[in-house]
Amino acid sequence: MTPSDREAERSVNQPGSNPTPKIRLRGLTKSFGAKRVLDGVDLDVRAGHSMVLLGGSGSGKSVTIKCILGLITPDEGLIEVDGQDIAKLSRRDRAALRDRIGMLFQNGALFDSLPVWENVCFKLLAQKRITRAAARDKAAEVLAQVGLAASVGDLSPAELSGGMQKRVALARAVAAQPDIIFFDEPTTGLDPIMGAVIDGLIVDCVERLGATAFSITHDMASARRIGDDAAMIHKGKIVWTGSAENLGETGNAMVDQFARGEREGPIQMELRK
Amino acid sequence: MNRFLDALALIGRGLIGACRTLGDVAIFAAVGVSHLLRPPFHFRQFWRHFVEIAYFSLPVVALTALFTGMVLALQSFTGFSRFNAESAIASVVVLSVTRELGPVLAALMVAGRIGAAMAAEIGTMRVTDQVDALTTLSTDPMKYLVTPRLLAATLAMPLLVIVANILGVLGGFLIGTVKLGFVAQTYLDNTWDVLEVMDVVSGLVKAAVFGFVIALMGSWCGYNSKGGAQGVGQATTAAVVASSILILALDYVITEAFFSR
Ligand SMILES: Nc1ncnc2c1ncn2[C@@H]1O[C@H](COP(=O)(O)OP(=O)(O)O)[C@@H](O)[C@H]1O
Ligand SMILES: [Mg+2]
Repeated sequence: MTPSDREAERSVNQPGSNPTPKIRLRGLTKSFGAKRVLDGVDLDVRAGHSMVLLGGSGSGKSVTIKCILGLITPDEGLIEVDGQDIAKLSRRDRAALRDRIGMLFQNGALFDSLPVWENVCFKLLAQKRITRAAARDKAAEVLAQVGLAASVGDLSPAELSGGMQKRVALARAVAAQPDIIFFDEPTTGLDPIMGAVIDGLIVDCVERLGATAFSITHDMASARRIGDDAAMIHKGKIVWTGSAENLGETGNAMVDQFARGEREGPIQMELRK
Repeated sequence: MNRFLDALALIGRGLIGACRTLGDVAIFAAVGVSHLLRPPFHFRQFWRHFVEIAYFSLPVVALTALFTGMVLALQSFTGFSRFNAESAIASVVVLSVTRELGPVLAALMVAGRIGAAMAAEIGTMRVTDQVDALTTLSTDPMKYLVTPRLLAATLAMPLLVIVANILGVLGGFLIGTVKLGFVAQTYLDNTWDVLEVMDVVSGLVKAAVFGFVIALMGSWCGYNSKGGAQGVGQATTAAVVASSILILALDYVITEAFFSR
């Protein structure tokens, strides 16, 4: 066991201020063919807090989130939400759980056959919490929260810039007032200012809803802005968890290397020679 | 000996793979159809696809049918005049069109137009996470994407084929009267005399089955596509090839069921 493994073990086993975490992962494994993407992920996300998951590209961050959402079935391991094992939920309970979860996909995943306003209110319409007539006004209200004009609602997603698409996707993720929200690389591919704006919107939305947030990022500035807690995944395992505040001076060699973006360190890029 | 066993293993593996695919498609179809019985039904999606298939395919199908009827009349005239059997032309045109060429040619045109579009749209949604997004937005992707397409294509194809039948006969009639010198009334009488209800009904049944197959293969190939733009391209090709072959094979099966005594 390396020191970082031991540290990971300790911080996972220390219960936070809240005895039952909102999300609890234990021993999550997933392989695609011969490739083992998740190799025993253990992680707790405290209720009402914001967790950021760090890790290199292809380290299995998106797969972790998709497992929690039930979009990918893990090979082994336990996933608990509010203390309930989601593998044991009935179809109906699983659907009810998804109704309370919001998700911002890595590339937005907006429906390009629908105008923006229908994208934003899609979940409310699907749950019949709103009529189509009321949906336009509701969409305008939610779009305003992410700093977009009501007129954007009538455009199609393909007509929007990358930053606007991210904002619309954010609006769609929070419109149904979820109590758990996942953000998969919300600022990747945006300029630094737009990234900061999106981070601010995320913090606003999470605070307003009192939701638990789970974000993926490899942008350190962004991680410090949106995270209370942070965890780092490497080679399919959580190698460190701690506070998001002092990323870069954590004392964990891997995290510090990652945070400072250094080539030399315990993390070696697997480049083919 | 070894080589023989290798060959056997290869064939066996191929057969097992084919059976598995067949089973997967059958389950996919069953789930898609079963959502018809479980509310909610996405009527808006249904209507969008119904209009796309029934209305916007009209020009293509109409032109195909018209020219087919014209060619049929012309070809059978050259053939039949050798036996002094020109009066059979009207019946050849109307029977071939209603029983066979109307449904089959319309279906092949729609497979190229609609089947490809379905595979491309659903495939793109799959590789850009939009299918997963549906799930997180409290919507069953099978119910939202596949069921409306299956129903729309199954209902729209017979309507298209009715139009194709009329235009096919019209094409034959035009060539017959304008070029081959038939009297209009005689040609129409010949047409009506030979036509039976079963000819039209069998054609419409074929059309409905073909419509279902086109939507099924388009949806299935799109739904299971992976690997970015290239994967979507392959899914589109696969959808058109698979539905075209299935249309011709099922055409034989249905003809056998209706007309073999
Ligand atoms: N559906 C899938 N089928 C096969 N391989 C996959 C699938 N999803 C992800 N992977 C593989 O798993 C690895 C981790 O992917 P992902 O979680 O998306 O990485 P990231 O940490 O950058 O989000 C990648 O190597 C990817 O190729
Ligand atoms: Mg990812």
